[in-house]
Amino acid sequence: MSDHYYAPEHLKAFGSISEGAPELGKKFFEYYSAVFAPGALTEREKALIALAVAHTVQCPYCIDAYTTESLQKGADLEQMTEAVHVACAIRGGASLVHGMQMKEHAEKVGM
Amino acid sequence: MTISLPASTLSSRRAPLADPREQLARLEASTAGRASFQETLRAAGWPDLTPASLEIFQINLGKLCNMTCRHCHVDAGPDRSDAMMTREMVDACLRALDQTPAHTVDITGGAPELHPEFRYLADAAHARGKHVIDRCNLSVLLLPRNAGLAEWLADREVEVVASLPHYRQRSTDAQRGDGAFEKSIAALRLLNTVGYGHGNPRRILSLMTNPAGAFLAAPQSSAESEWKTALHRDFGITFDRLLALNNMPISRFLEWLIESDNLDSYMSRLIDGFNPVAVSGVMCRNTLSVSWDGRLFDCDFNQMLDLDAETAVGTMTIESFDFEQWQKRSVVTRTHCFGCTAGAGSSCGGSTT
Repeated sequence: MSDHYYAPEHLKAFGSISEGAPELGKKFFEYYSAVFAPGALTEREKALIALAVAHTVQCPYCIDAYTTESLQKGADLEQMTEAVHVACAIRGGASLVHGMQMKEHAEKVGM
Repeated sequence: MTISLPASTLSSRRAPLADPREQLARLEASTAGRASFQETLRAAGWPDLTPASLEIFQINLGKLCNMTCRHCHVDAGPDRSDAMMTREMVDACLRALDQTPAHTVDITGGAPELHPEFRYLADAAHARGKHVIDRCNLSVLLLPRNAGLAEWLADREVEVVASLPHYRQRSTDAQRGDGAFEKSIAALRLLNTVGYGHGNPRRILSLMTNPAGAFLAAPQSSAESEWKTALHRDFGITFDRLLALNNMPISRFLEWLIESDNLDSYMSRLIDGFNPVAVSGVMCRNTLSVSWDGRLFDCDFNQMLDLDAETAVGTMTIESFDFEQWQKRSVVTRTHCFGCTAGAGSSCGGSTT
């Protein structure tokens, strides 16, 4: 057992999560593969979306995995950094737009 | 990882990795405990890697190059005039070529255009009705000594296979040196001007991309359309096809892997990425590779590792070439071969699946 959280070797062993619920694991991983297959979006576009989302959910496994994956699908550092900024802008914007609630409430209770 | 390795050849630094035996030993050590390439092939239904029809006669004219790229599997550079094919050896290649059904003569180096016999060889191969490939680093076309070379190649219908890691500057310069991208763009414009890259089968311009780091090559077909869009949008450049090649963990790329502490993870990536479907299309099955000194190899990578081809009559040279015996050999494989079977597969002709 790992003596710290977020052990890098957990990512490689991710498939073993199915041991406790094989059917659900099978369905999840099949779904996961289907999601990332080329479709209306290219694999590269999906990898960049995943990279941005990985930063939003702050998952270190996903950040490592989709950094490599984005590179392997042909993205470069500038494109990947822009993707992370998209995540950053949405996170920041989401905080800021809640300020509208603050503003309305302040206006209601204030003089 | 950004590390500052000297932009010079292993050979000039007398680095231990200049010795192919040291390279092979480092690869073996990094993959200890894993199934060997031969065992992996066997498990995939290939007890022996046997040749297919010989299609490509690849001639490496030598290691002289005007560039010193960080990933070079040849350890080529401006100081490598020690390794240059003689006219006599070029003639021996042509005599051997005439024994074979190969439809393509693939001329590589180093920068083959710097070799004094380059035009002689390309002319002779073209005169024989062969499809001729020039593996070009692009910047060499801009050298004053090569003024007019692009037109010369076009006149002989030579396919230009040009190395370009990425359609954007950062990754290209990281691998090939500062300023490489700008020169590449200028050379591509020159090639477009003389008729290359516009869909004319007599003026084929192929771009070859290999990753700028310890990861696998991009999917070739989807990357091709993206590259075409981007190069046309940003620079007005057109090309015919994109070839995606994995970096082979040898020579200067091996040095970078070791120095950046990426060797073990890269080898795991190659081994874990073994794709049995990619095996049948690997280039060693349809290629003959000749070195500057007339030795014969299953591929250019084996050539750089001094892994001579093995035939029933022993080691053959271009002067003692016997096509029938050549076709009966088994391909020599080692750990580096995982580089050609990972992911979508990888060869001098791009992905193999």
